[in-house]
Amino acid sequence: MAKPELMDYDKALELFEPVLGFEVHVELNTKTKMFCGCANEFGSGANTNTCPTCLGLPGGLPQVNHKAIESSIRLGLALGCEIAEHSRFARKNYFYPDTAKNFQTSQYDDPICHDGSLTIELESGRLVTVEIERAHMEDDAGKLTHMGGSTGRIQGADYSLVDYNRGGVPLVEIVTQMIEGAEHDAPEIGRTYVAGIREIAKALGVSNARMEEGNVRCDANVSLRPRGSKVLGTRTETKNVNSLRSVERAVRYEIQRQAAVLAAGGTITQETRHWHEDTGITSAGRPKSDADDYRYFPEPDLVPMAPSREWVEELRRTLPEPPAARRKRLQADWGFANLEFQDVVNSDLMDAVEATVAAGASAQSARKWWTGEVARLANAAGVAADSLVQPAQLAALIALVDAGTLTDRLARQVLEGVIAGEGTPAEVVASRGLAVVSDDGALIAAIDEALSKQPDVLAKIRDGKLQAAGAVIGAVMKAMRGQADAARVRELVLERAGTAESGTVE
Amino acid sequence: MTELIRLTAAELSSRLQAGTVSAVEATQAHLDQIVAVDTDLHAFLHVAADAALATAARIDARRAAGEKLGPLAGVPIAIKDVLTTLDMPTTAGSKILEGWVPPYDATVVARLRAADLIPLGKTNMDEFAMGSSTEHSAYGVTRNPWDRDRIPGGSGGGSAAAVASFQAPLALGSDTGGSIRQPAAVTGSVGVKPTYGAVSRYGAIALASSLDQVGPVSRTVFDAALLHDVIGGHDPLDSTSLTDAWPSMAAAATAGLADGALKGVRVGVIKELSGSGFQAGVTQRFTETLALLTAAGAEITEVSAPNFEYAVAAYYLILPAEASSNLARFDSVRFGIRVDPAEGSLTSEHVMAATREAGFGPEVKRRIILGTYALSTGYYDAYYGSAQKVRTLIQRDFAAAFEKVDILVSPSAPTTAFKFGEKLEDPMAMYRSDITTIPANLAGVPGMSIPIGLAPEDGLPVGLQIMAPARADARLYTYGAAIEQLLEATWGHTMLDQAPALALATTAKGAI
Amino acid sequence: MSAITAEQVAHLANLARIDLSPEEITNLTIDLGQIVDSVAKVQEVATADVPATSHPMPLTNVFREDVVVPSLSVEQALSGAPARAGDKFRVPAILDEE
Ligand SMILES: [Mg+2]
Ligand SMILES: [Zn+2]
Repeated sequence: MAKPELMDYDKALELFEPVLGFEVHVELNTKTKMFCGCANEFGSGANTNTCPTCLGLPGGLPQVNHKAIESSIRLGLALGCEIAEHSRFARKNYFYPDTAKNFQTSQYDDPICHDGSLTIELESGRLVTVEIERAHMEDDAGKLTHMGGSTGRIQGADYSLVDYNRGGVPLVEIVTQMIEGAEHDAPEIGRTYVAGIREIAKALGVSNARMEEGNVRCDANVSLRPRGSKVLGTRTETKNVNSLRSVERAVRYEIQRQAAVLAAGGTITQETRHWHEDTGITSAGRPKSDADDYRYFPEPDLVPMAPSREWVEELRRTLPEPPAARRKRLQADWGFANLEFQDVVNSDLMDAVEATVAAGASAQSARKWWTGEVARLANAAGVAADSLVQPAQLAALIALVDAGTLTDRLARQVLEGVIAGEGTPAEVVASRGLAVVSDDGALIAAIDEALSKQPDVLAKIRDGKLQAAGAVIGAVMKAMRGQADAARVRELVLERAGTAESGTVE
Repeated sequence: MTELIRLTAAELSSRLQAGTVSAVEATQAHLDQIVAVDTDLHAFLHVAADAALATAARIDARRAAGEKLGPLAGVPIAIKDVLTTLDMPTTAGSKILEGWVPPYDATVVARLRAADLIPLGKTNMDEFAMGSSTEHSAYGVTRNPWDRDRIPGGSGGGSAAAVASFQAPLALGSDTGGSIRQPAAVTGSVGVKPTYGAVSRYGAIALASSLDQVGPVSRTVFDAALLHDVIGGHDPLDSTSLTDAWPSMAAAATAGLADGALKGVRVGVIKELSGSGFQAGVTQRFTETLALLTAAGAEITEVSAPNFEYAVAAYYLILPAEASSNLARFDSVRFGIRVDPAEGSLTSEHVMAATREAGFGPEVKRRIILGTYALSTGYYDAYYGSAQKVRTLIQRDFAAAFEKVDILVSPSAPTTAFKFGEKLEDPMAMYRSDITTIPANLAGVPGMSIPIGLAPEDGLPVGLQIMAPARADARLYTYGAAIEQLLEATWGHTMLDQAPALALATTAKGAI
Repeated sequence: MSAITAEQVAHLANLARIDLSPEEITNLTIDLGQIVDSVAKVQEVATADVPATSHPMPLTNVFREDVVVPSLSVEQALSGAPARAGDKFRVPAILDEE
């Protein structure tokens, strides 16, 4: 496919005003699926978590997961939504092999949550309030794998395989109102908004919120209208943009692409588009047509819901501190500079740092270790940093460094031992014999040994050439196989220069 | 041996408990009758002879070991093929499910097994329960034991014919718009559609979710009550299942046998479900029954249900709409047949469309297309939406009527069994034959059909439909049993004693 | 008022994923026209003041606790599949979407 023309971003903004809209699907982390008692778990063997209901077998019937309703309401409340007094499920009818019943059990005219908003803060400090139209519940589809063909993609595949383990997993779909006035910030608004939803879902504990596992998925709607026009342009819906960076890139791309089409006198087709992470472009999918007649009707196998006001208020009391407020508070508590704090937030390590501080570490040490060595090891292993080591373990490690038992270098080795499952930091220190040699006698013996090979060093030091100590320190550190505190060695060498003059030996 | 098959379930149960008959003997007797008559009648799509005998032997052994068993333990039963069964194919009368053996039992089937009834096999039905004649089965028609050239009713023609021809004392049916009651009426048997939500639908292949209800098919009201007690009650797997603490239906039926049970009972005759459009012999037997009721001390009043006139129209919008969605899962991916298109590319879309074209019969396609239309953008409010409003009006008619009377009665069907092919060419004529039974499904109220005699002009059974307020299923059993007793006392025999001798094998043994 | 056309029936068949033959479309167009004319009478009494009833018994808030129950075995799950590959259901290539 030929790469479409793109207009320069600033030029596009000069000519057109972007209007945005987002549909974010949040997968809930309930123990069971939305409508059956099969386990809701990621990564189990294909089709192991299925039953007549979620396989859509003849005769299967749905039963609503109470916890999923609770999580949806809490998510809605955290987004400032009204919780409907009367809500119900509806069937959205369409055929697709990953949809076991060939209808999605969703919500249509009575969503559980409606009319909320989320205020996000951009890097410039600009605050943007995104109005939320509704947050409704629905079930997820199964997973398709496309086989054969050259690309492994749906296009050109010879056949496809279906695993229904994900089929029936509870989702909350959060739909924004039209976002106008985004201007140049449109891509960043997309990213920050999705990040905000993700952060809230995570803080509530209602979702694992791992975008890489598809727990949070975003469809981005973009349309352009010429400056000065009041008429909305035709929008495209870019599906399944599944990382924060991609949301930003996809919005920017669509603005540039649509601007080029419109400026060349073309028209935008109302269609779904697919985001290609590798090439950074969107491509045309299915045109929206009257074939998209979903024939919604109230789900006759489920009865309506009427969440009591008492229950809603009880759930409201369980809401955690809003993530934005929490961030402000933690940054102040920790005394981090903006960049330091951003680093923690962007690395998704705020919870980890907080827990490490709570376990007794200083904020700066906790930050340094999490965003430094732990992040490096996690990166190499291709896993999340906070899955590598427990905050309490890291705090214990930091305490050993603070006490002088470990140097940074030794501590890194201990960390590897802890990650390898060799035990607590103290246990690893003991088993690997990694503690700093704090016995001055042993250090002095090593210094004397080194001095015997470099007899002129003491004289140089006495002459004020303190850097001459370096050669001795290096030799001692080598002899101690790194398990010495270089600062202490230096102290002792300098002391030695003084005592040699006085001629006394301890 | 043959007389065993003519026993009611209750009588058979007493002999099993007394030890004068074994479950194996009872089962074998019914299997013999199936062999004798069913090649001709075709009530069964599948007979599980070996499994049934093995189950019977186990039950006999447990009984011999002194284990206390339930009232229907050891009694054979036929199961409508709309219910999923672990050990028997389940097709719902459709080619699209040919040979499918489900990996689970419907809740009602599991309850039968838990109560130690003996599943004999699966009974024929209109494809996906769409029909009133069992002519729409993909596996051939079932014949009416009273007249082999006539329909046994539908969609549960197989269950009704099996019971009426003594192949099973009991059967399970499902009733979306009359599929238990109308076959009962035209075969001279008893059928009950419980209150919506009284019996679990889990494992019942859905036709129209808001109308479907599983219920008992039998030869006596008391037998139906015994079976209702086994299958009824709350099931958490069916979200529309009621959590009521139900009284014993068997006890309710027994109460109806007491002297004066009908005294002072207020019986409402629905004006809109009588008179013109009803076969003369049907009206005659119905009127005679009302006279008997009056003589027994019941107070007959006429009540009007003005919106029943719209019931058939509402039903034939709601049912196809829900069915079009319920039947979407038959797509050749997880179960059922797969058919490749004759031409064009072998894509998932084309294979699904070719499978559904080949696997569904004409009536199923007709209703799916109608339902798809009724739910489409631009038509929803006019059709599906309006039909749901009619549903409200029909519920109000019932509510108003039940303020004045204890039960409502009507003929179960406008005519006796019609001939094969008679209504096949005119779908609306077929649809209108459900006019009497549909209102109960729309409103969710329970209904029962019991035999009240033969129409003089054709000698075929006529049924009386009794309806009660939602949740008052027990009332049906009490008054149904009372009316049944009254009629049998008048006749001096049971209805099915008049049924013609069936196949050679039966008559050769001189059983009837 | 209905006047169902053959094009409409073909469109509905497409929505319902049924590959109707031209004869079936012709016949269904006639049948459907008659049926729709007949069932349209619901509109006579379905006035704005009448609420819709979607469930015959008015229940609300029927929920299940979030407790895992055993699933089918993989063999049971796949037992009815017309085609499988390993532990997955196998379906022909999927059209469009890209
Ligand atoms: Mg959705
Ligand atoms: Zn499941």
